[in-house]
Amino acid sequence: MTQFVPQLTNLFATMILMLSFAMISQRRIVSLINLFTLQGAALVAASVLVGYATHQPDLYVSAGLTLVLKVVLIPWLLHRVIRRLNVRWDVETLINIPTTMLVGIGLVIFSFSLALPISRLSTSMASGSLGIALACVLLSFMMMITRSKAVPQVIGFLSMENGLIFAATAVTNGMPMIVEIGIALDVLVGVLILGVFMFQIREQFDSLDIHNLETLKED
Amino acid sequence: MQALFFVLGIPLLGSAVLAFTGHRSYARDINVGFSLGTFAAACVLTVQIIAHGPRFAWGQLFFIDPLNMFLVTLTTFVGLTTAIFSRPYMRVEQDHGKMTPPRMRLYHSMYQLFSFTMLLALTTNNMGILWVAMEAATLTTVLLVSVYRTAASLEAAWKYFILCGVGIAQALFGTVLLYMAAEKVLGAEGGTLLWTHLEAVKAQLDPDIVMLAFAFLFIGYGTKIGLVPLHNWLPDAHAEGPTPVSAVLSGLLLNVALYAVLRCKVLADGALHSLLASQLMMGFGLLSVVVAAFFLSRQKDVKRMFAYSSIEHMGLISFAFGMGGPIANFAGLLHMTVHSLTKSAIFFTVGHATQKAGTQVMSEIRGLIKVNPAVGWGMILGVMAILGMPPFGVFASEFLILTTAMREQPWATPFLFLALGVAFASVLVRVLPMVFGETSLKPLAHPPALVPVFVHLGLALMLGLYIPHYLNVWYVQAARMLGG
Repeated sequence: MTQFVPQLTNLFATMILMLSFAMISQRRIVSLINLFTLQGAALVAASVLVGYATHQPDLYVSAGLTLVLKVVLIPWLLHRVIRRLNVRWDVETLINIPTTMLVGIGLVIFSFSLALPISRLSTSMASGSLGIALACVLLSFMMMITRSKAVPQVIGFLSMENGLIFAATAVTNGMPMIVEIGIALDVLVGVLILGVFMFQIREQFDSLDIHNLETLKED
Repeated sequence: MQALFFVLGIPLLGSAVLAFTGHRSYARDINVGFSLGTFAAACVLTVQIIAHGPRFAWGQLFFIDPLNMFLVTLTTFVGLTTAIFSRPYMRVEQDHGKMTPPRMRLYHSMYQLFSFTMLLALTTNNMGILWVAMEAATLTTVLLVSVYRTAASLEAAWKYFILCGVGIAQALFGTVLLYMAAEKVLGAEGGTLLWTHLEAVKAQLDPDIVMLAFAFLFIGYGTKIGLVPLHNWLPDAHAEGPTPVSAVLSGLLLNVALYAVLRCKVLADGALHSLLASQLMMGFGLLSVVVAAFFLSRQKDVKRMFAYSSIEHMGLISFAFGMGGPIANFAGLLHMTVHSLTKSAIFFTVGHATQKAGTQVMSEIRGLIKVNPAVGWGMILGVMAILGMPPFGVFASEFLILTTAMREQPWATPFLFLALGVAFASVLVRVLPMVFGETSLKPLAHPPALVPVFVHLGLALMLGLYIPHYLNVWYVQAARMLGG
């Protein structure tokens, strides 16, 4: 069993990256949330595996936090929000998928070349994971830039957090517990605030299109 | 370390109490009371640190040294004066119907929680907790900026959240990388992310990792300082939130973000054996000074104009720390102090002026000195101080920064002079008619709180003429620690 653990970890790392690609090319909001849930699940699996391989019980706690937050609580909240706002079947038409994918591939190459001199120093078993984590962060960043609706922007933000947690887990075998709890708390509160904002934006503008939020500009 | 417990505990308790009582008429006084308590605790802590020197608290989780001690005192002090200013200001806002009871509760509770997050960020020794506290400070201020629930304030708050959320996520990546570098030297013990431990072994940290880590940390916390080109959120957040929030954003939060960068810079300088950190800070600092000065000249909204002025000053401070060396670091620390005092004083007067005129458009605010002479005088003196007129403290620090720049970075001096000149002319041209023009407006219904304004300006004046001995010692010690 043990000899398969690094392979399995790499598999889940790759899944996290593939899911990031799936998310930047997904137009339907409800599918986007499902993809985000899957990414959270892959992150949980990777954390548990790294914890098992390195005998670090802290990582099980961290995996548990991710499970509760990113797989159960936040997707449930997001589903609730889109049902209440009635944007469940909304489709975003503006993104150009082939170009986005090409730029995404460029970002992955950039991340790996940036991480290359460092990941060979990594003590952790998954040596490619730093590049993958950085690529996830940049892909989510791109998603936030290209999307014009509020919910996909928030999911981009959360997926960026996933990439960061994966970096902390796979590259350094987990941050100190107190920091992990603090991060989880910040993310949860952040999502709650953004959720409330979405209702208020809708009330003010009758739509969740971020293009409405472009009136504050320099003359 | 009882005092530190109270410094952190009082605002936290205040936030909980005001979450239930924040809408009552006496809540404004409770808010001042809690801020006063925090300030008193900070004063006791200050006295202890003067007597016994730098020290740890609760294991090594918290660390007080000259660098964060003066910022803690400054933060609690400006927190107190802003709470005093907010009493009449928020009363008028309630009369105008802009603040409902639930919003008042949110406002008061978040005000105290915001103080807590800043103080936590300043006193913690753990780079991870520093990140958590900075993110929490973003969350509380997002709620404060959006408190009016208008279309514009929602837009400002959304932009603020997304931009700073992304920025601060980069800082988390930087923290993870820093942890990775530290783990190789210190092992995966609980103390690996403690700044004092990192500082002790900074020369052994792997330069490749630290370089990447510092780049991410600088982008992340730099977004919160408002450095160009990541400054877009700052003018919106300042202009659309309540004025007391603009005052604490400019006066305090930007300082705390800069403090985070400084802590990282000390580590990076020790590990890198190169000038990368200094060059990044100088480059982006100078860019911010120049770009902000030119944007300043195009503003119509008074709070936006002073927000750009904050970007300009933060750029100048970053530039000073980038140059490094005892004099530039000293000047940077002094500038942080006087900018915070002066800019919050200006926002206090701007708050009263905009309430009186019912608008933030500068061409419609006129004749302050005729109707409310004290507000008018406060504004004109504050503006003189922030523009670097002697004998105010900003003059002293800008003089030190410019003379050091002439000696060590002569190429940058023309840009600095040009930017400061543009800022001077464009601010003065807009402020003079606001203060001296003709008006037919009535005075405010509730007497404005002007004591904070003149106390701040008095302190800024004092720092221009004479720096108390212990403060001088702190500045010198902190400047030496920042090295360069």
